Amino acid sequence: MAANKRKIQEINAGSMADISFLLLIFFLVATTMNTDSGLARMLPPMPDENTEQKPSDIKERNLMKVFISQNNNIMVSTQEAENQVIDIRQLKEKAKEFVLNPFDLETLPEKKVKEIELADGAKWSYPVSEGVISLQNDRGTSYEAYIMVQNELTRAFNEVRNELSKEKYGMEFTDLGEAARKSITDAVPLKISEAEPRNVGGK
Amino acid sequence: MAVIKKKGSKETPAISTSSLPDVIFMLIFFFMVSTQMREQELLVRYRLPAATEIQKLEKKSLVSFIHIGPPSLAMQAKFGNAPKVQLNDSYRTTKDILDFIASERDKLNEADRNAMTVCIKADNQTRMGIITDVKQELRRANALKISYAASKTAGY
Repeated sequence: MAANKRKIQEINAGSMADISFLLLIFFLVATTMNTDSGLARMLPPMPDENTEQKPSDIKERNLMKVFISQNNNIMVSTQEAENQVIDIRQLKEKAKEFVLNPFDLETLPEKKVKEIELADGAKWSYPVSEGVISLQNDRGTSYEAYIMVQNELTRAFNEVRNELSKEKYGMEFTDLGEAARKSITDAVPLKISEAEPRNVGGK
Repeated sequence: MAVIKKKGSKETPAISTSSLPDVIFMLIFFFMVSTQMREQELLVRYRLPAATEIQKLEKKSLVSFIHIGPPSLAMQAKFGNAPKVQLNDSYRTTKDILDFIASERDKLNEADRNAMTVCIKADNQTRMGIITDVKQELRRANALKISYAASKTAGY
């Protein structure tokens, strides 16, 4: 009876708030919140030094060369027109035209019909463009200009993908599920090759 | 007979602070989940180039960073203004990238090694020469998945 009446003394929790404040401040100071974002790319693997390099067997009509000079001017050559100097604003349309080849011109890339597997197991035949955009820069090109060009090229591909996605699924590309997204990326592969630079502008 | 004590009833009772720790703990958990540890001290200054088509880097733990830019203000007296490459906590040359990638790769477990991404954070005024050298070294190190860090912009 007497033991029941005696209460265990409560632990004083008044300083708990201070302790947790301290922890909070520690985490505020020691961590960062910024989320990193950027343009994702795949580099080509290094060619084996032992094997002889054979010249690339890409047909001329399938290649669009984009060169950024040391003064950050952009020059585009396709089979249609050699060495055109263009503005950054024209680049996206140019790239889109190259990827799509809407009128099946002789001077723009050929298309190969490929069977793309859909999520439900069905096959979807789509003429996949054979075109490759080759990006070349000078050692003196500024990084900003390079990223701007990379961005425009990505934008061209993204817009082509988006249009195709709307046509096929009636949805924006970014709203698609993973399987549907893969089918679109298979239909419009991001083919940007980063060639080795020329050395005119020096470091 | 129940006697109601009237002595204390006129004073307003103190506001209970017993739930304060819970509230703060909640805040802590929020910060722990939404942030990550500051990993390294920056020795270079950079302003990222702007782009519209950027993607978020998916898994933070699989990303290694290479910083390129002119030395930070504190280091300028010693190292001048020429762009430098920072790996981990010190200035390095492009030759050290092979070792850097190898050590970063060792930190990951076997299954994740193929998904390793290298994020290049370079100042927008850098010349492509140094970045090309870095890219060539990355190719040699077989770290082919890269991301050019850029900040979001509405377009131009």
